[in-house]
Amino acid sequence: MAKNISFTIKYWKQNGPKDKGHFEQREMKNIPDDTSFLEMLDILNEELINDGKEPFVFDHDCREGICGMCSLYINGTPHGKTATGATTCQLYMRRFNDGDVITVEPWRSAAFPVIKDCMVDRSAFDKIQAAGGYVTVRTGQPQDANAILIPKQDADEAMDCATCIGCGACVAACKNGSAMLYVSSKVSQFALLPQGRPEAAKRAKAMVAKMDELGFGNCTNTRACEAVCPKNESIANIARLNREFIKAKLAD
Amino acid sequence: MWLTQSSIGRKVIMSVTGIALILFLTFHGCMNLVALFSRDAYNTICEMLGANWYAVAATVGLGALVVLHFVYAFILTLQNRRARGASRYAVTDRPGKVEWASQNMFVLGVIVVLGLLLHLWDFWYNMMFQELIGATGQAHHLAADGYHWIEQTFANPCKTAVYVVWFAAIWFHLTHGFWSALQTLGLNGKIWFNRWKVIGNVYVTLLMLMFVVVAIYFAACGGACCTGCC
Repeated sequence: MAKNISFTIKYWKQNGPKDKGHFEQREMKNIPDDTSFLEMLDILNEELINDGKEPFVFDHDCREGICGMCSLYINGTPHGKTATGATTCQLYMRRFNDGDVITVEPWRSAAFPVIKDCMVDRSAFDKIQAAGGYVTVRTGQPQDANAILIPKQDADEAMDCATCIGCGACVAACKNGSAMLYVSSKVSQFALLPQGRPEAAKRAKAMVAKMDELGFGNCTNTRACEAVCPKNESIANIARLNREFIKAKLAD
Repeated sequence: MWLTQSSIGRKVIMSVTGIALILFLTFHGCMNLVALFSRDAYNTICEMLGANWYAVAATVGLGALVVLHFVYAFILTLQNRRARGASRYAVTDRPGKVEWASQNMFVLGVIVVLGLLLHLWDFWYNMMFQELIGATGQAHHLAADGYHWIEQTFANPCKTAVYVVWFAAIWFHLTHGFWSALQTLGLNGKIWFNRWKVIGNVYVTLLMLMFVVVAIYFAACGGACCTGCC
């Protein structure tokens, strides 16, 4: 049974990367608990606009949990607390109680500068992907789908790695601002498949070098990334990336 | 050089030096247990590890491992703080699967180093160092009497307490360090994760108990129990 809840929302306001930023707060009244978190923010923005105030800026796109655009740090957890891991757009107000104080912050990491309020620049991830997160395909005759046989288990695992949507929750949660869970998932999705093997060494080296260059931190295996990943990526991917990287460097 | 220039390389340095230090602690712990049974046997080991060339070379190597491990911990921590950025979260919620030790390895490491300095002052300074500087008289005589220095150190209850706190800090450090070192080397996966964690916890618990037992034993009876039975 749906019910309405009232709570206080503290949201982060910041005019660009150089601004110091501050919290603003507002009392939200009678919000139906089957409202999604982003819909609640839409209501907040309508109220702010009606009051002649500047709306609160946050990233969002598909609102279906698959694009990786939403990126809010809610009550100390990236994407807020959910039972099995979900993006902010899949978080519903039924997870909160009447009278709660809900604190909304941006991803805080040097590699993700704030554009405005809680919208951060995650193009660093695109640069890492562009450094080697692909399979080079020469144009020509299409291959038969079953020309290379792949064990189901490997295909499934590669698919699990490929479900990483690059939202950046791993970096946001990591006390070291490390992007290892993201990079390792992107390396793994190819490393596990025969089509990815020819460029595996080159890929691991190039993506790690780009990650380091962009100022992400060093992984210390705290597992905070794994705990908050909306796609439940495993740190087993990080072990695989370490293996791939060390093997590639030793073979140089 | 990828070992020093890449993030994974620097972690490999931490991992390999860490594993080597765990192996050293295993040797040290086993050696200590001998003191529970025989003063002469323990002192024979101490004499063997005096200012002989191989013992001095091993000590220098060991010192280099500690320095490398600590220097890289410092470098990694500084880089990680920079990567984290200047702004801090107003609210943080530590997820259940994140161990306390894993987030406090540097602080634990500093406690371990401080304890190590005290330990070197209590033992190494009175033993190998005295032999190296060619001490004479009483100092020379006691340089190979490791048993005497154990008795002397743990006769002081405050010092025993400090040592036990030190052992606890090492235990915390190693419960994370053990599996983390293997993870960094890539020797981990979905199945081996839990195995390494159990193996690591059992191993470091037994390892640190070896040290605690000797400290408590000498604090409780000052070695008198041993002298009585041997």
